[in-house]
Amino acid sequence: MQGHIHRALGLTDDEADSIESLLGRPPNHLELAMYAVMWSEHCSYKSSRVHLKRLPTEGERVLVGPGENAGVVDAGDGLAVALRIESHNHPSAIEPYQGAATGVGGILRDIFTMGARPIALMDPLRFGDPADPRSRWIATGVISGISGYGNSVGVPTVGGEIVFDECYGDNPLVNVLCCGVLPKDRLVLGRASGEGNLAVLLGSTTGRDGIGGVSVLASAGFSDDADTEAAKRPNVQVGDPYEEKRLIEACLQLLDESLVVGIQDLGGAGLTCATSETASRGGVGMDVNVAAVPRREPGMEPWEVMTSESQERMLAIVTPGSLPRAMEVCERWEVRAAVVGRVTGGGRLRILDGWDGPVLADVPASTLHEDAPVYERPIRVPADLAVRRADGASRLPDPAPREAADHVLGMLSDPAWVYRQYDHQLFLNTVVAPGGDAALLRLAGPGVPPGPCPKAIALSTDGNSRWCALDPRLGTALVVAESALNVACVGAVPIALVNCLNFGNPEHPETMWQLSEAIDGMAEACRALAIPVIGGNVSLYNESRGRDIDPTPVVATLGLVDHLRGRPPGAQLVAGNTIVVVGPPDGDTSLSGSKWAKEIHGHTGGTLPAIDYPAHQRLLTLVADLVGEGAVEGVHDVSDGGLALALAEMAVSGGAGFTVDAPVGYSIFAEGPSRVLLSVVSDRVPALVARAQQVELRAEVLGQAGGRDMVIAGRLELGLEDATRAWRGALPRALALTGQ
Amino acid sequence: MTARIGVVLFPGSNCEHDAVEAVEKLGGQAEILWHGDRSASGVDAIILPGGFAHGDYLRPGAIARFSPIMTAVEAFARDGGPVVGICNGFQVLTEAHLLPGALQKNRGLTFLCQTVEIEVASDQSVLTSGISPGTRLRVPINHFEGNYTCDQRTLDELVGEGRVVLRYVDNPNGSVGDIAGISNPAGNVVGLMPHPERAVDPLLGSEDGAVLLRALLSVAEAVVVPADAGTTTANS
Repeated sequence: MQGHIHRALGLTDDEADSIESLLGRPPNHLELAMYAVMWSEHCSYKSSRVHLKRLPTEGERVLVGPGENAGVVDAGDGLAVALRIESHNHPSAIEPYQGAATGVGGILRDIFTMGARPIALMDPLRFGDPADPRSRWIATGVISGISGYGNSVGVPTVGGEIVFDECYGDNPLVNVLCCGVLPKDRLVLGRASGEGNLAVLLGSTTGRDGIGGVSVLASAGFSDDADTEAAKRPNVQVGDPYEEKRLIEACLQLLDESLVVGIQDLGGAGLTCATSETASRGGVGMDVNVAAVPRREPGMEPWEVMTSESQERMLAIVTPGSLPRAMEVCERWEVRAAVVGRVTGGGRLRILDGWDGPVLADVPASTLHEDAPVYERPIRVPADLAVRRADGASRLPDPAPREAADHVLGMLSDPAWVYRQYDHQLFLNTVVAPGGDAALLRLAGPGVPPGPCPKAIALSTDGNSRWCALDPRLGTALVVAESALNVACVGAVPIALVNCLNFGNPEHPETMWQLSEAIDGMAEACRALAIPVIGGNVSLYNESRGRDIDPTPVVATLGLVDHLRGRPPGAQLVAGNTIVVVGPPDGDTSLSGSKWAKEIHGHTGGTLPAIDYPAHQRLLTLVADLVGEGAVEGVHDVSDGGLALALAEMAVSGGAGFTVDAPVGYSIFAEGPSRVLLSVVSDRVPALVARAQQVELRAEVLGQAGGRDMVIAGRLELGLEDATRAWRGALPRALALTGQ
Repeated sequence: MTARIGVVLFPGSNCEHDAVEAVEKLGGQAEILWHGDRSASGVDAIILPGGFAHGDYLRPGAIARFSPIMTAVEAFARDGGPVVGICNGFQVLTEAHLLPGALQKNRGLTFLCQTVEIEVASDQSVLTSGISPGTRLRVPINHFEGNYTCDQRTLDELVGEGRVVLRYVDNPNGSVGDIAGISNPAGNVVGLMPHPERAVDPLLGSEDGAVLLRALLSVAEAVVVPADAGTTTANS
């Protein structure tokens, strides 16, 4: 009988045995349910932990690294920035609107748990082929969910990505990043301390929504049985942004008034996670009175209360002396507050039915949090890898100029239809809005102590499953390099990175190889570019109908501008300017793994271009300096679609065409890591060329900006109006929307 | 004298910081008016900021109009005090019947956050006083329910009495008559969907919103509101 129960809860037979030996007796049903959620892949990182240790996590600015609710870095002048990224892939596949909405809610709580006011969200999104109606249903639902929750809760969504690829058909990737700001001295950690202190549950009532979300939904793949998947819908929680908004304000006021000694959000695994983690981190125990938990519906069993993932809840650890004032603050914000626990000595987490009632569960708190199994799962190089790598894209036919024009038209896409639905301006910080290479925000407004602050932060989220499918190690390194370059393009210096590792089923050795390789590539690039990894999230079992998604590590890079002097120029051409491309003199490029090879020819083989880290580092510095000095009028990194697409994007943004020479030695669609296009006033070009030379980079004049045509001599001929129309219409057309 | 601007904070409001910052940047003095209070005494003008008051689950503004502070806002407006509702604040003012008509979902049925061009259509309001009609301004909008609607008679009145104060140059949301903002007959109560407080700094892309807010501050400095305006009876 017991066997059936633990399996139904998502535990293996071995895991059930470990629990029994940890306790020295068979666990009861409630205890088993608590271990099942805490030892789920989603909460315990049991398949990835051995690999994650290889990431570099230290740096001068790092105040809090991985393992807490969010990473925190020192931004100088007494300010700190908190950063966290998470996935809500599986809930969004089942119920797109609520899945995405509650992803936003969850990440916000991770940030204000640290004492930071959330000031920005970003959403890297990946969906299946838009020709498939289900993909369109998921995509439009997810975007509405982010819009509906994020706008209402009052935190601007300042950027993200939208990518379509058939591998995400039934399993979209809905990642969400949140950034917060706090006075450095207000940093709080999610830990309980002080025997006799009280655990106060704040926010929403606890219902049956989301029970087992982490184990049943997030830590298993999808079947091809529609009824089975539809039946999982009750595992998806429902969001209430109004509750969350009040919860944010109440918690920040509690922190402002120093009324809490520790605070923890309730996310995956609900109360079980929040109580065991705070107790375990603080080296204490806790008595939890399950009868004191405010409930949404009658008849809930203790195990349901303890594993419910009802949204918009926080657990605050409060001294008995502070309790009356803390309750007043909650009342002002109309936030429900109930004392549900007491900090005890000895390290046991006990669940009681009434303060003097029967003990329903009694386990060492740290065993839920720290004794989860760690798996060194088998690793195997995919059998077809050598064959795929030998099949380079250089064999693909070079297109004639008119054909190349069609290719450019087919690849141009303006994300405005998405970001127009997000409030991206709230708090008056958004200097560079979505659509640029990176978002740029002033550090001002709420969360920042009054007085002028010259600082700004940049944020960019990046992923590339084409590269990572071909070579997860180099592909991930290239993603890190591109993300750093994106923040440089708005004038910032990269200071920290968080990652969201979206992979397939870890029980497939090929998936574990991809994960391990990707982590090594990320570690290598982050070490070489001196960017510490301050947090991350691992999302496994991204698969449906037996097929794993292509490996998709997504990174978010935080950049810092110490003194913001003005608006960066943007990814645009200015008529009359000279167009210059800057990069290492012998920078590598390749058509293999490129957007052009895949989207135009369906070709996915070959080897990726190499990266020269020292040269890339010099390029980051040069570009950030040029932007900061106002020395250029347009700047854009060359990434997806190569030189042709980068030039086209700058042309439609700036409303100016171009006439340039063909680059020597590489295709106009070839991709490589370290190239930046600049639009420069012509008489400044000689100085720029000399300056690049000083740092062993080459600034090569390509041609002139202006006119109504886009011409790369002998390679591309395209009208600016046609390109602009294609760019604007691509997304609404793909999503089969009219009248937008 | 420095104009004192009260910014009403409902639970769920989210543009109050921005309104306060913009007012103070332009030389005014801002203070938060809590939704549960019944008094707005001591302020020279009131701004109802954007956001989602009380969650807006029922209908934007439908619950906020019953907040205790709204009786003070109504009294303040009745006494001629300048009241400006921005976005959600406009929705609250229509629900409170301080302004006619209603805001329905955008024509395209999506939320819209973008900078639009608007034209000053009348200078007979506290927000447009002293600004030449025809002046064009670039100001962001940020709403799902910003599609202004009213019956024909109301529309005729609004147009005939010069109470359409702001119009969209290129109508983004389907509003009748391209209406972006209106006033009451006296011109002291104004509602508008665009967010002037988001356009007061060239670093963020536009300073045009400052033109409107400066007009409000000038009026607020000049207007003599009775000292007890905005105070209703008996809240102990």
